[in-house]
Amino acid sequence: MLTYTFRRVLISIPTLLFIAFVIFMLLELAPGDPMASMPLTIPPEVRQEMRLALGLGEPWYVRFPLWLRQFFVVEPQYWIDNAFGTNFADGAQRIISFQSRSPVFDTIAQRMPQTLWVVGMSYVVGVLIALPIGIISAYRQYSVFDQAGTFVSMIGFSVPPFFSGVLLIVIFSVQLKWLPSIYDTTHVVDDWNSFIFQLKQMIMPVMVLALQTTAQVSRYMRASMLDNLGQDYVRTARAKGMSESVVVMKHVVRNSMIPVVTVIALGIPSIFGGAIITEQIFKVNGLGQLLIIALQGSDIPMVMTITFLLAVLIVMMNLIADILYGILDPRIRYD
Amino acid sequence: MPDGALPVLDVRDLKTVFKTRAGEVHAVNDVSFALKPGELLGVVGESGSGKSVTMMSLLGLLPSPPADVRGGTVTFGGNDLLKVDAETLRAVRGGKIGFVFQDPMTSLNPVFNVGMQIMEPLRKHMGLNKRDAAKRAQELLELVGIPDAERRLTDYPHQFSGGMRQRVMIAIALACDPQVLIADEPTTALDVTIQAQILELMKELRSKLGMAVIWITHDLGVIAGIADRVMVMYGGQVVEHAPVKELFRNPQHPYTRALLKTIPTIHGERAARLTIIEGQPPIMMNAPSACPFRDRCDVAFDRCARENPPRYDLGDGHDAACFFDARTGGPRDA
Ligand SMILES: Nc1ncnc2c1ncn2[C@@H]1O[C@H](COP(=O)(O)OP(=O)(O)OP(=O)(O)O)[C@@H](O)[C@H]1O
Ligand code: SF4
Ligand SMILES: [Mg+2]
Repeated sequence: MLTYTFRRVLISIPTLLFIAFVIFMLLELAPGDPMASMPLTIPPEVRQEMRLALGLGEPWYVRFPLWLRQFFVVEPQYWIDNAFGTNFADGAQRIISFQSRSPVFDTIAQRMPQTLWVVGMSYVVGVLIALPIGIISAYRQYSVFDQAGTFVSMIGFSVPPFFSGVLLIVIFSVQLKWLPSIYDTTHVVDDWNSFIFQLKQMIMPVMVLALQTTAQVSRYMRASMLDNLGQDYVRTARAKGMSESVVVMKHVVRNSMIPVVTVIALGIPSIFGGAIITEQIFKVNGLGQLLIIALQGSDIPMVMTITFLLAVLIVMMNLIADILYGILDPRIRYD
Repeated sequence: MPDGALPVLDVRDLKTVFKTRAGEVHAVNDVSFALKPGELLGVVGESGSGKSVTMMSLLGLLPSPPADVRGGTVTFGGNDLLKVDAETLRAVRGGKIGFVFQDPMTSLNPVFNVGMQIMEPLRKHMGLNKRDAAKRAQELLELVGIPDAERRLTDYPHQFSGGMRQRVMIAIALACDPQVLIADEPTTALDVTIQAQILELMKELRSKLGMAVIWITHDLGVIAGIADRVMVMYGGQVVEHAPVKELFRNPQHPYTRALLKTIPTIHGERAARLTIIEGQPPIMMNAPSACPFRDRCDVAFDRCARENPPRYDLGDGHDAACFFDARTGGPRDA
């Protein structure tokens, strides 16, 4: 297993380099000018100098290796320097945003917590709701509960967040005035009341995102449970005198989780995609919103870095899914 | 065989129906039999004759829907297993009645090691702690002839061959010293040498543990070697039932007689299994109102199409469900 993991990590390095190159070239070819948002009164010569200052005068085969070096060498050095007070980086140039002129990673680090809170929480909530729904729906196939579950996941699949989000805002913020419609990122939790406020402002974005997760994961869980409930080993467990709860929660769920864990792991990157829209709707200034603003301003280093981080996440989750598969299913041997 | 002893298991008029889209399939029709302590009852009949469904109905192991155990009584330990509450039934399953299923390849849970799967009933029914259960599980594996038992407890089912898995299944069924063992074709999926080994093992265990056994098989040769009594099933019914010697010497039902022609002779090559009889086994879409064997029977006559024959008592524990009297060569009166 260890050698397998190691081998997979090694293989993923060229994969990621290739992905980085593709993203870079796509951004290179994309129309859009970082100067577009500058005041028109700036004379053309100054404009040209500013372009050069941003590094745009160099050809791609200079800038791409530079970005790679900054991403893989300089930025980690800065992290280490910050953490241990060393001086590896030695003043080397970090990846700088065109728009804010500050290091890209600093901005990302600022935005990360909001996104992790909303996205991470919604994923956890979504999965935690989905699993019991899937289990009960399968165990009581065609029951009222199962039908209701099917209906809810149909909604989750077919209603996009920009609709369900706005709908929730209209109902709970505008009409009922129970929940704030805008996520206040400056809010600090330091006592009970502020904690309640934090909960209140998180509910709607979390629910909107969780609905999608729940819809998907509960369907997978249901299908996987149904597959397993019909297996011979279930009858064996019953013939041994095991109670229904042991039969279902131990024997069947343990088997059913094998493919579902993969789905859960592989779903993590895509939920970040969903967050882009949800963050816009609820004005959460997280990574999704950051990416949108960077795209609009042709902030190439920012877009490049965030997109590449997503790619890293996808590759990593694939690896984790495979490893978990091997751990959960004793029949799989990787070595 | 302790003659006249009270049966450990007494099944009366068991009726099981499957509800399917095409209608109801009457898989088990008024099956009755009794099992005395320590006795080995062989059950034969071709594929689809309702052997497995009968046995699973006893312990409520059929998925419902589609299965519906519609009638009859199953008396065991003073209770009717078809009526007891779930907790009592679970105490019987795996505790007092052990079950070995037909397919060893899929009957074990692939994600748990076999030690855990053997220990589960031990901990539940005998209240053993983990250490004692592990010790007993190891003894059981040794009992069914799995070498290197201690180490193999932590192996997973896929690390065992088919024959070995069937032995593990038998170990699980035997775990709590059951009064009755139901073995559903425990050797059919295995090759001939392993079959012989498991047969030997069964004989040995039966005399050692004194439990009653129901042994389901396609193979009359196997039955001849180990059974005390034999029950022949056809179309979800018991068509003949007799002590083993009596059945082989003096078969009464046309189906049984056809079956016996297909068992291996000393000179002849081994004939294929029971399918050698011409025609197809019936699928019972209606409650039987005629003899289920009539389409394939070479002595059928008009009455056979009008009525379903009851089991006629022929004396000496022998009965047959047929209107034709093989001894007189003519229709039975009454
Ligand atoms: N789930 C089901 N739905 C509908 N009919 C079924 C179902 N299971 C079994 N049956 C019917 O019950 C009949 C008896 O099946 P059973 O499995 O008891 O046969 P068997 O005697 O054990 O055969 P084999 O020797 O192949 O194991 C079959 O003919 C089949 O039509
Ligand atoms: S009852 Fe009739 S059809 Fe059925 S086995 Fe006897 S003779 Fe044949
Ligand atoms: Mg069967």
